[in-house]
Amino acid sequence: MATDVTVTGPTATSKGDQSPLAAFWAAFAENNGAVGGLIVLTFIVLVAIFADFVAPHPPLEQFRDAVKAPPVWDEGGSWRFILGTDGLGRDMLTRIIYGARVSLFIGLTVMCVSFVLGVLLGLIAAFQGGVIDLLITRVMDLIMAVPGLVLAILIVAVLGPSLTNTIVAVTVVFLPRYVRLVRASALAELGKEYVTAARVIGVGKLRLMFATVLPNCLAPLIVQSALGVSEAILEAAALGFLGLGAQPPTPEWGAMLADAREFIRSNPWIVTLPGLAILVTVVSINLMGDGLRDALDPKLQRS
Amino acid sequence: MSARTLANHMIKYLLTRIALTVPTFVALMFITFVAIRLVPGDPVEVRVGERGISPERLAEFRKDLGLDQPVWKQFLDYVWQLLHGDFGTSVVTNEKVLTEFFTLFPATVELSLAAMLFAVLLGVPAGATAAVKRGSWYDQTLMGISVTGFSMPIFWWGLLLIMLVAERLHWTPVSGRIDLIKYYFEPTTGFMLIDSILSGQKGAFRDAVHHLVLPMIVLGTVPLAVIARMTRSSMLEVLSEDYVRTARAKGLSPFRVIGLHALRNALIPVVTVIGLSVGSLMAGAVLTETIFSWPGVGKWLIEAIGRRDYPALQGGVMLVSAIVIFVNVFVDFLYGVINPRIRHGN
Amino acid sequence: MHGNLKRLLGVSLVALVGAITPAAAKTLVYCSEGSPENFTPSINTTGTSFDAARPLYDQLVMFERGSTKVGPGLAEKWAVSEDGLTLTFNLRKGVKFHSGVNNFKPTRDFNAEDVLWSFNRMWKADHPYAKVSGGKYDYFADMDMPKLLDSITKTDDYTIVMKLKEPNAPMIANLAMDFATIHSAEYAEFLTKAGKPEQMDQIPVGTGPFSFVTYQKDAVIRFKKNADYYGEKAVVDDLVYAITPDPTARYSKLKAGECHFAIAPRPADLAEMQKDPSLKVINQSGLNIAYWAFNTQKKPFDDKRVRQALNMAIDKQAIIRDVYLGAGQAAKNLVPPILWSYNDAVKDYAFDAEKAKALLKEAGVATPFEMDLWYMPVQRPYNPNAKRIAEMMQADLAKVGINAKLVTYEWGEYRKRAQQGEHMTAQLGWTGDNGDPDNFFFLRGCTGARAGGQNITKWCNKEYDDLLNQAKKLSDVAARTKIYEKMQLIEVEEAPDMKIAHSTVYEAMRKEVENYKQGPFGGHKFNGVDVK
Repeated sequence: MATDVTVTGPTATSKGDQSPLAAFWAAFAENNGAVGGLIVLTFIVLVAIFADFVAPHPPLEQFRDAVKAPPVWDEGGSWRFILGTDGLGRDMLTRIIYGARVSLFIGLTVMCVSFVLGVLLGLIAAFQGGVIDLLITRVMDLIMAVPGLVLAILIVAVLGPSLTNTIVAVTVVFLPRYVRLVRASALAELGKEYVTAARVIGVGKLRLMFATVLPNCLAPLIVQSALGVSEAILEAAALGFLGLGAQPPTPEWGAMLADAREFIRSNPWIVTLPGLAILVTVVSINLMGDGLRDALDPKLQRS
Repeated sequence: MSARTLANHMIKYLLTRIALTVPTFVALMFITFVAIRLVPGDPVEVRVGERGISPERLAEFRKDLGLDQPVWKQFLDYVWQLLHGDFGTSVVTNEKVLTEFFTLFPATVELSLAAMLFAVLLGVPAGATAAVKRGSWYDQTLMGISVTGFSMPIFWWGLLLIMLVAERLHWTPVSGRIDLIKYYFEPTTGFMLIDSILSGQKGAFRDAVHHLVLPMIVLGTVPLAVIARMTRSSMLEVLSEDYVRTARAKGLSPFRVIGLHALRNALIPVVTVIGLSVGSLMAGAVLTETIFSWPGVGKWLIEAIGRRDYPALQGGVMLVSAIVIFVNVFVDFLYGVINPRIRHGN
Repeated sequence: MHGNLKRLLGVSLVALVGAITPAAAKTLVYCSEGSPENFTPSINTTGTSFDAARPLYDQLVMFERGSTKVGPGLAEKWAVSEDGLTLTFNLRKGVKFHSGVNNFKPTRDFNAEDVLWSFNRMWKADHPYAKVSGGKYDYFADMDMPKLLDSITKTDDYTIVMKLKEPNAPMIANLAMDFATIHSAEYAEFLTKAGKPEQMDQIPVGTGPFSFVTYQKDAVIRFKKNADYYGEKAVVDDLVYAITPDPTARYSKLKAGECHFAIAPRPADLAEMQKDPSLKVINQSGLNIAYWAFNTQKKPFDDKRVRQALNMAIDKQAIIRDVYLGAGQAAKNLVPPILWSYNDAVKDYAFDAEKAKALLKEAGVATPFEMDLWYMPVQRPYNPNAKRIAEMMQADLAKVGINAKLVTYEWGEYRKRAQQGEHMTAQLGWTGDNGDPDNFFFLRGCTGARAGGQNITKWCNKEYDDLLNQAKKLSDVAARTKIYEKMQLIEVEEAPDMKIAHSTVYEAMRKEVENYKQGPFGGHKFNGVDVK
């Protein structure tokens, strides 16, 4: 939906008579990495959604008779616990599956909230100008000045560690990127003729903001959002790793990894698997994001 | 534009940019100050542990630390101190915050610079060659690796590398900055690489490098991926420009064309990226230092939060942010200097 | 720039070519856990800081290396008067303070002035150093010294008389604790003249077996042998504390020979360490207790049956196995078994979910019952992973119909809130510091049961409390033992808490390290220790 708005904008490329969506898909599908990313990501999303049906065990069940059972390919592993169990005898595969839910939830929530706030603040800054613009830009500069993780840690320290506060902290950290992006693209659009034309015929400000200008800023914003999901997942995992993220017994990947750090020598799978899950998820989102950018950004397209 | 007016112009621009950071600092100071006071727990409570403390003594200590004052008063006192160049005294160690910061800062700088150097030295050639061989197997592999690096949770990466490189293969030491049994010298600059040379002790420099390698790779992984990607796309753009095509058509050797003309121009945006990643480098340093027990400011900040060491935390956040801000201003400025397009635009 | 680089490379090449270990004096490297706050134990509270100061200083009386037994230190002899109110110390003659540290050269031997200076700093607000480095003397206050001490005077240069307001059996043991360290009054004067009093706590001068060389924050502390030491001398010439907070890193360094001795190995690594022929692993039952406290002032935990039911609901052995990974023993009393007065006749509650359910029902607790379960956010010597224990308890409690909500706060905040009694149930623990049983039994005394007090069960039992106070005033060990044994029976029956475990403290070192003796308080002493 969003994509077809983009391509009908004034920057639309000439893709012949193809429908915009088909043109977009054709461009996207040319990129093997992007398609691969999309497939893996779809798989992860499906697994996360249907975790209750897919997971072999309940996520909190502690099998006291099988604590730190090795994964199936290791010596002593069994098909009962395909990826082994953790320090409390909980099935790793199950927790990784449920962890996908947590991580994707964090990533998507952060993205949605930043997207909405970013659009609002960015457009307001661009349209109002003056003091309001200055204020918004300055605050965003301020947030950008503090290294992201340090800021996130500080926020979590103030609010207390929890899943919600992780989301709040990560959103604050990433918000400036969205605001800046929207503001810059909106300012660029504002100078263009079609906006002036719309103004002349008396289109209302709100309508001008959301119906006329916004659709034409969406392309970079979508790319940013896709990458924003992966960055949010990474940042939240880092917080979890420092013990400041989701609280037990929530199976969050970063926290699972941090909890198991002591087993890195004796039972390495408890540490390596959650990390691998993070990596695979983030890589697939980034690959897909790259594909999105190539397909949406006319300048880079087929350059 | 004459050279003189250009120089004036530049200086004026730089000064304006610096002046613009002042309100940012003030706001930053205020917000961190308030935020830190909102953090539950206080330094006295943290230090007494299981024993606890009687309310009277707690009150007395809080008074000594000035924590009994209203927050606005504490803030004004702090500003007054700052204006005298005093960042306060750590509640935990009773050392001046500024002293602590600058004892640990060289370690962070050394690590960050090494990581950056690693990223640039590998990333630029990788990106440039990938652009030249665009679409090839080589290009795709390289970009695949780059996406992976870009997506790396570095805390996990660090643990893995320690496991494999340091513990299984014994190629590098596990943590620390130098072998403490073999070498002993006082820090003069705080940069272990320099100090080890100044010490004149045989093998010290080599050992310091040895210790630096693994943390450097961990911290440098993400910048490496970013720089490689950036160089590649910027190079692609330049390669498609007319003057490069012309040069190629004129029969200049590919090496000259790519190495001298294209790469030089392609590097301009890359330089900006390098400068602007100082902030993320600091954030990465927090994790890297934690994993490698590297005695830098990132680890120190995390510990300050844990101990509720208000002055250290406040001072640390401000100093780190100040550095990030100034580097950004400087990079912007530099960008203006090296990029003729922007200069002419001005 | 290029020239510089070349020069750098040149130098390093030279360094590479001739790199062979310099013929070194004997060095012992200890991989320690963290940076000390400073080097004056009286203003510190952490084991890390005490460890850093320990090579440097002595106390009047001292714990013998590797034991809870108090022996002579800077006082050769001491005597307690009949009424228990007067303590007389005969000081050792000819003891030298370290010379040359911070350009300070002592002109006289240790004497009574130094003792007075050290105690008065903690005690008297008008002492010139009372406010230096923040002036918080936590241990001095916590051991109730201001309340107990009447006066400290010197009768001559080598005799100190300490008068108490009431008899106190643990007093001598208290004086062997780190906070009662003796500093040099002359050094203090020297620093005052130089206008740098804060260096008293940063560049330490003591009488101990090692003297201070240098300290780099978060990196290293260096000491060298004090050849003039009066007691058991240092065998190695140099002692290095390599600050290595990460236990995995400490293990690797130990393996690689980058350190000889590592503090607090991870339980998960122990099995592998014990198999390694180049390492030695020793252990000792820790002088500590981890417990799960029930807030007896909140319903339904005011009912003894509920508390007993909770005791039965938890599979303690599983916790010992999976969280302590064997590095601990299930606890049934607050005092650890290595301490005198431990009552082995006490019978612990057996793990029995059915019985627990029945008891809960009898007490009128309707299930599913919601409660909160607090766990510390940090690792403690007595509890390697409170979070993991909480997760296990949560699973066990679910089986008897209790839904436990896991709660935690930042560490300081956690303890404060628990002491205020905001919790329903909370994990906590205790590490003993002077080897006197009172140091454990006071945990359940009525004084601590007030809001804000350290008895987080808020349990105040008159009989228990009377016995506690009675025992403190006695000096006869047999009589005290009897009382303490009785108190343990009361405490277990009333069950204000569930005792989880006494952790086992492990130390790992290289085979070359000889004659190390593990201390019961978790501290480290390296005089007499050799590296072959």
